[in-house]
Amino acid sequence: MALSFDAIFAKVQVRFPAAGAGSAPNGARWIEIQAAEALVVADFLKHDPDLSFDSLCCLSGIDLLKFPATEKDGPTSDALVCAYDLHSLGHRHELRLKVSAPRDRPVVPSVESVWGVAGYFEREIYDLLGVEFRGHHDLRRILTPQDWVGHPLRKDYSYPETYAGVELKREGQTFESGPYK
Amino acid sequence: MNLDREGDYITLSMGPHHPATHGVLRLEVTTDGEVIRACRPDIGYLHRSIEKIGECLEWYQFVPYTDRVDYVCSMNSNHAWVCAVESLLSSSEETRLAIPERAEYIRILFAELNRISSHMVGLGSMTMDMGAFTPFLHALSQREFINDIFEKTCGARLTYNYMCVGGLVRDLHAGAEDEIRAMLKGLEKAMIDFNRLISSNNIFRARLAGVAAVSAEDAVSYGLVGPNLRGSGVDFDLRRDKPYGIYERFQFDVPVGKAYAGADGRLGDCYDRYVVRLLEVLESIRICRQVLDQIPPASGVEDDPVGGWCVAKAAQKALRKPPVGEVYFRCENPRGETGYHIVSDGTKFPYRVKIRTGSFTAMSIFEKLVPGLMIADLVALIGSFDIVLPEVDR
Repeated sequence: MALSFDAIFAKVQVRFPAAGAGSAPNGARWIEIQAAEALVVADFLKHDPDLSFDSLCCLSGIDLLKFPATEKDGPTSDALVCAYDLHSLGHRHELRLKVSAPRDRPVVPSVESVWGVAGYFEREIYDLLGVEFRGHHDLRRILTPQDWVGHPLRKDYSYPETYAGVELKREGQTFESGPYK
Repeated sequence: MNLDREGDYITLSMGPHHPATHGVLRLEVTTDGEVIRACRPDIGYLHRSIEKIGECLEWYQFVPYTDRVDYVCSMNSNHAWVCAVESLLSSSEETRLAIPERAEYIRILFAELNRISSHMVGLGSMTMDMGAFTPFLHALSQREFINDIFEKTCGARLTYNYMCVGGLVRDLHAGAEDEIRAMLKGLEKAMIDFNRLISSNNIFRARLAGVAAVSAEDAVSYGLVGPNLRGSGVDFDLRRDKPYGIYERFQFDVPVGKAYAGADGRLGDCYDRYVVRLLEVLESIRICRQVLDQIPPASGVEDDPVGGWCVAKAAQKALRKPPVGEVYFRCENPRGETGYHIVSDGTKFPYRVKIRTGSFTAMSIFEKLVPGLMIADLVALIGSFDIVLPEVDR
């Protein structure tokens, strides 16, 4: 039976009191958990018979550095966020789970033992955002070359001017991160 | 070539330029004679930073880039992106868009036609990998007819840039409905011929039966989606189970794998994935016919709520100040679930665009599935997964 977000959150909170609910102005809702708990929560979400989130649809990393605070006096965050979009084939319900990792030392436990596909998603986030997934069997860069410097999807990323002896910067070009003006 | 004295294993580099890898993919395989003991995919050769580019462009400017995420089914990629953005806009009364009815029908029609043409490439190149060249030509010649229709309507044969937030770039060309009907008739006949030519061919069937079977549990855990997931017997299709657009208005069946290859076959083997794609083409033809029966006639007025094709002004206004928040939108593409996770900070630029594609997640099962296969069967596996490399690397 498909459960509502509130019912799922209630079930998670009984087991993990530190879990909190988050929401965005457009109505999106998610469960926020401590980074250290990611693996046990994932295991619970997959194997609890009422939840049984058997598929990890998407795992995306978001850098909050330049994200404006939603409330006027709310604190701005510079954390790196991993968002797990889960789906249950049996119950046909969905859930987004979020884990924040501090920017200077982003470490999140790997969930590849729970969902096999997470191994590739985590490598991608490691490559593009620099989140370290503890317990991953083969955490290497996946899309950029192995000797690439920096993590391109971080909001403070500066593009390298040369790579492997090749000049990348052309005359008159600026490599400031962010929207083209 | 590294020879490990202990086991006499040989490490082979298959690709990046290998005819069977359908693009630029390198597989590092450790072989013991003909049998593979370990496989490490090396991807990223076609990485074009599309997600990064998405953060630097305005919402509507990103559409042509979605074409290039998966150029074999550009219409479907367009559809997924515009649906994701419209889903974000729909959360606020001020930015909600009322897409014209006719535009919704044309979107489904073109998405299904593109699904057929994509499956034609998938099926054709799979038979070619297996050594049968004629079916490839049959399949590709049918794809040309679909490309002709797309070209007449939107001017391009491969990267269409046809859908936009708010509707479509332009209406169907005059007489398109009749042309598509006639084309579908020929296509159905061609599919029957294709099926007779190759599906029950003993060599072809024996080549695929029982090869690289994926259990339903593994398929779900490793994120296989679309025909690859259904080939393993999992009955899930986003078009039916979580309809987007106006898919709930159409009747169609969802084919799933049933160990079609007979006595030698196993559920979820390469032959099952092949058959699921073949049957999906027929279902897509069914959907196209229903669309053509129900589509409201063109009114000639751009933003007419029934017969128009785009609410461009409302969309431009809405995209200047979209709601703050995030959306993960899933669409059923020919290669399975394509998801756009978009984060908006309320400006005219997306804050983050994450593209989840079926081929990328399909690559994750290789390390587990390939050991134990013969080298030649790895070619069959890649063909049956219908991997498109630009979609893997983005």
